[in-house]
Amino acid sequence: MKNTLRLNSKDNVVTCLRAVTKGSAVEADGEAVVAVADIPQFHKMALVPIMKGAHCYKYGEIIGRATADILPGDHVHVHNIESTRGRGDKQGMRS
Amino acid sequence: MKITGFRRENGAFGIRNHLLIIPASVCAADTAARIAALTPGAVSLPNQHGCCQIGEDYAVAVRTLTGFGKNANVGAVLVVGLGCEGVQANTLADGIRETGKPVEVITIQERGDTLKSIARGADIATKFSFDLAEQRRSEGDIAEIVLGLECGGSDPTSGIASNPAVGYASAKLVTLGGTSILSETTEVIGAEHLLATRFADDVQREKFLEIVKNTENRAAMMGQDLRDGQPTPGNKESGLSTIEEKSLGCMHKAGDSPFSGALYYAEPVPGRGLYFMDTPGQDIDSITGMVAGGAQVVLFSTGRGTPTGCPIAPVIKITGNSDTYDRMIVNMDLNAGRIITGEATLSECGEELFAMLVDVSNGSRPKAEVLGHKEFGMYRLTGAF
Repeated sequence: MKNTLRLNSKDNVVTCLRAVTKGSAVEADGEAVVAVADIPQFHKMALVPIMKGAHCYKYGEIIGRATADILPGDHVHVHNIESTRGRGDKQGMRS
Repeated sequence: MKITGFRRENGAFGIRNHLLIIPASVCAADTAARIAALTPGAVSLPNQHGCCQIGEDYAVAVRTLTGFGKNANVGAVLVVGLGCEGVQANTLADGIRETGKPVEVITIQERGDTLKSIARGADIATKFSFDLAEQRRSEGDIAEIVLGLECGGSDPTSGIASNPAVGYASAKLVTLGGTSILSETTEVIGAEHLLATRFADDVQREKFLEIVKNTENRAAMMGQDLRDGQPTPGNKESGLSTIEEKSLGCMHKAGDSPFSGALYYAEPVPGRGLYFMDTPGQDIDSITGMVAGGAQVVLFSTGRGTPTGCPIAPVIKITGNSDTYDRMIVNMDLNAGRIITGEATLSECGEELFAMLVDVSNGSRPKAEVLGHKEFGMYRLTGAF
């Protein structure tokens, strides 16, 4: 079994098929990426830098927006990306 | 592809032969449950609503309860009303009688009291059960199957393994002339632009997009952040970060078939092929809507594992997480986690799941059905008045 899974060439994250410890080198789509955080099994790891406000891609589609600057090898999850949809707290009604 | 089942009076084809006791309202639910307890093989619905509802909520209650009675898996129906409720027992009975199947009504306030109602109800139901016991399976076709597609307790393996396996089986069924229903509108938010392109009919596509917009606006209308409820705490703990990510994984359940149309909650399925039905992401309400619309069987994809069943339709459980499969083997039917570990390909798992669908249609029982799980819940927009 591979260690990571990149679902689409447009993705800037991969899914870790095994838990990853901070500092370890992980094979991701043919490249070696050093994890800069502990990443639980099936969670996402950044492949490239994702700047605050930029979109995060998985399945070749937008899955959220970075709320902080994300480094390659970073754990990508609710602490550093946010949803762009269903935001009744921010948006009005969709027309 | 031939299968066996029960040919109903109106030509519909069921894969089970249930005796269903339907309380018209929550006030009659306990009485209905006691009648079912006295009648071996009977099942009642734990209806929590049916009174003091208005507008669409009233319509949904009537549609859902009628739909369960009309479902081809049901051979005979006893409707139990208190007598004064908003959803009248006779309204339900008249709708169900359109199928030609045996339907009786008892009303507690007319009978006098609950003990008299239970005695009369058990008398009627027992006679129904003797008739149903004489019925035998006859030949039908897999094309007569309406399949409900559901996901619950999702984790990231759902979008990678179990949902695609469900999508494979669903697409195969549709290719053979059958019908599948994709649902859970909340879990389309973020992926609807991809699904919309698969509607050939403009009117149906607009209906679909309107349904999705209305769900997103429901959160906006409340000034609420959808993130408080979706994804769920378990989804997030397992690695799903946003509703978009969840939805992009969920949509794989529908395979690659084009959509024949979009349906409101519990709306009867009008034809063949792949449909979208407006249901919430809450699994029990969602399955209830699809079965009310005519689904005879459900494929349920889970990451973290969930026991959910249905009173009148078998629910087959598939997980993409091998740890979940091993840990929760009591409730799981098929392990799609083998796709992630490399032990099986997507098409191998998809074919196994399709074969299981055929077996279950022919009478073999998945774990949820053996264990007797009968979860039931009706969607509503607002509370009772």
